[in-house]
Amino acid sequence: MTRFLATRAGIWTGFAAAALVLFGAAPLLLSGFRLGLFAQFLCYAIVAVGIGLAWGRGGMLTLGQGVFFGMGAYLMAMHMKMADAEFRNGPGSVPDFMELAGIRELPAYWAPFSSPAFTIAAILIVPTAFAVLLGFAVFKRRVKGAYFAILSQALAGAFAILLIGQQSMGGFNGLSRFRYFFGYNLDDPVNQQMLYFIAAGVLLVVVAVALQLRRSRYGELLVAVRDAEERVRFLGYDAANIKVVAYATAALFASVAGAIFVPVVGIISPASIGIVPSIMFILGVAIGGRASLVGPVVGALAVAAAQTALSEQFPSAWTYAQGLLFIVVIALLPGGIASIAAATKRFRKEPATAEATA
Amino acid sequence: MDLLVGQVFTGLSTGSILLLAALGLSLTFGQMGVINMAHGEFIMAGCYTAYVTQQLVGDAGASLLIALPVGFLVGGAMGLILEAVLIRHLYHRPLDTLLVTFGVGLVLQQVARDVFGAPAVNVTVPEALRGGVDLLGTTVPKTRLFILALAVVAVTAVTLVLRFTPAGRRIRAVVGNRDLAETAGISSRAVDAGTFFIGSGLAGVAGVALTLIGSTSPTTGQSYLVDAFLVVVAGGMGRIKGAVVAAVALGTFQAVFETYSTASLAKVGVFIVIVVFLQLRPQGLFTLRTRSLA
Repeated sequence: MTRFLATRAGIWTGFAAAALVLFGAAPLLLSGFRLGLFAQFLCYAIVAVGIGLAWGRGGMLTLGQGVFFGMGAYLMAMHMKMADAEFRNGPGSVPDFMELAGIRELPAYWAPFSSPAFTIAAILIVPTAFAVLLGFAVFKRRVKGAYFAILSQALAGAFAILLIGQQSMGGFNGLSRFRYFFGYNLDDPVNQQMLYFIAAGVLLVVVAVALQLRRSRYGELLVAVRDAEERVRFLGYDAANIKVVAYATAALFASVAGAIFVPVVGIISPASIGIVPSIMFILGVAIGGRASLVGPVVGALAVAAAQTALSEQFPSAWTYAQGLLFIVVIALLPGGIASIAAATKRFRKEPATAEATA
Repeated sequence: MDLLVGQVFTGLSTGSILLLAALGLSLTFGQMGVINMAHGEFIMAGCYTAYVTQQLVGDAGASLLIALPVGFLVGGAMGLILEAVLIRHLYHRPLDTLLVTFGVGLVLQQVARDVFGAPAVNVTVPEALRGGVDLLGTTVPKTRLFILALAVVAVTAVTLVLRFTPAGRRIRAVVGNRDLAETAGISSRAVDAGTFFIGSGLAGVAGVALTLIGSTSPTTGQSYLVDAFLVVVAGGMGRIKGAVVAAVALGTFQAVFETYSTASLAKVGVFIVIVVFLQLRPQGLFTLRTRSLA
């Protein structure tokens, strides 16, 4: 089974099956509300693919993906608030939440976001460029491992606090109550379904990109950097460049996911991008299997579904479950669900696989 | 002049709070390389120790004096259990330790929420520590002075223990070269457990002290944790004096930055300063000289 999936025909079969489920079965079987939830889960899965690349393949434990997710989300939200304001009061008017906060003048950095093209370009470029800059600053000086993890976490904390302090970005409450997504009315169920299809399509593209990166020479180098950075450096490669590419790709994925998340869910606030939500992105990846391609997707979907099903009815029990999942999965099954088959096969020979524990 | 004295003191005070939270980390993270995300929850446990002690004892002054050593024992015991059950098996996987201990932290937070409730509780400040003292023209709250003094005592105690006691000598030996220390007959396992006990105990003490300046909720510890980690990263692994200098520097920076802009921008400013600083000294302020490549 696994061997077949590694062949060219197997990959096409896998993608075809996934497309059939995402575009055929899911819209038929799920009601409008549940399809919206599923679209939300798909956004988390897109983030997870990026984390799988940076952490699972590259060994960079990025605890700050919420920053990039939030950048994409806020950039999209800014455009949607501008579009709403223009629809109600004509061009150049102030979004409703600013009126409530007593801001009469539109801040200069909001103005360009009335353009859809500018917004999409910003969603793709700003977080990626930021990740490249930060990546160079950190990796060129060989800050790595735990230091990098803590810095990325501090970044998430600083970003959330910065947003809370900005009244012109919605402050603590964030941005919400959107009506139009590039001219499409969000109250219309057909447009909600369109958002779901966008999320599903983007997930497939993102997985395909990650697959291509894994199978390329670059993917080999990335794993080599993870397992023995010094040796790669002695062979003449610049390990920092290799890491920056994976880190920036993960940032781009997270940003796109955030941009889709906003119209699907209808709100973005600092509470959903700070330190704790950022580390929660990791949980699904760890459960599914950080180094595998599909594992992070499956893990992220499973965690999101479990959270939705359990957290409202049993908030206390769900928090315990989350904590215990972190403990049990990472301590006992570092390769995640994806490694169960291999782990049972190799159980007597060597309990911990090199790939899983890096 | 008044403004300057006020700012220097605010900086020292913020720094001493950071230092109390970070001192235990500089032992467990700095000396042993273990990233214990549950350290913040040990601080929180210290806070609740102070709260419970006050409920039992009643008198604010006496309960503070009792809570300080009890907080040390509570934090230390939790650290000892965590080390023995989980961390010991993960020494070769530092990043996984981070995630596992984050899970432990989540569980501990929820335990606190179920036992004490989600709303914040308050500890009464003893009569002797209320009000302020006039110092060079500015009024300085006594609680802040107490925390400053406690931080000085804690750092002195840790330094003395590390430098002059047999246990401290063993800890330094294991930090310097684990294999060689074992060859010399030191049980590195016992030393690890001991270091973790002291480091986690200091978190408990920090928690008790922090109840004097703020209320206690299940997420109290978490709010101190990231800053404390930054202090250790900036100060350099394995160096107590690095943590001291970094804590005071970051505290002063944050205090000064806050007066000229906002608290939220100050956090961002601290982050930028640390990233820039790591460009100059990727290993932190003070480093242990080793010949290892990693």
